[in-house]
Amino acid sequence: MPKAHDVLFRTLADPTRRALFERLCREGEQTVGALTAQSGVSQPAVSKHLGVLKRARLVRDRHEGRQTHYSAQLGALAPLIDWTSQMAGFWQCRFDRLEDLLKRMDQ
Amino acid sequence: MTNTATETRSVVVEREIPYPPEKIWRALTQPHLIEEWLMKNDFKPVVGHRFDFRADWGGVDCQVLAVEPNRTLSYTWDAMGLESVVTWTLTPTRTGTHLRMEQSGFRPDQQQAYQGAKYGWQKFLAALDQALARMD
Repeated sequence: MPKAHDVLFRTLADPTRRALFERLCREGEQTVGALTAQSGVSQPAVSKHLGVLKRARLVRDRHEGRQTHYSAQLGALAPLIDWTSQMAGFWQCRFDRLEDLLKRMDQ
Repeated sequence: MTNTATETRSVVVEREIPYPPEKIWRALTQPHLIEEWLMKNDFKPVVGHRFDFRADWGGVDCQVLAVEPNRTLSYTWDAMGLESVVTWTLTPTRTGTHLRMEQSGFRPDQQQAYQGAKYGWQKFLAALDQALARMD
């Protein structure tokens, strides 16, 4: 397994860390405070997990005043994603919708 | 990652559709129809026209490259660093149309551009869980 994969797998193997990452994927940019409020762990623990995610380039931080905002970097998952099948899936789905539309259209 | 750093790749989807090319052409080129099956857009079937597709996950910048009514339509498809070309080819058949879509121009180092990751990540995480279960 390539080294990049090892880092990603190791980083996301921790359920708390993965939950933080999933939340950033789902909800967009969040402050450490907001992430802590719903994580069920302490702020230092959240910060530590975010640090690990950052080193794996899975998240990016942005400082604004005294707040640090984190956002998911989906590009970091690229080595693990088979984009060709994903994109083919996207177009298959669109073809289905196109056919549905054609059925509804006038000749 | 691999030794194919300069290789371009393509995704091809083909389908037999029981309607004539003229009808499919309308669905491929009229903005309000395109929106119904693909995305919101400001497309015009004019070579050189710049337009975009807009979705809740972001947008795709495009420029029309080729327009041959009822036969071929081609436009660039650039999103988040991804540079590709989408080409539609319509071939009449006895029962309707053979519709072919080819998206080409990906390079492995542009994989991250594919923002389908935005909805694909859940699938990815499920796969990751399975992979992790198999580890050690």
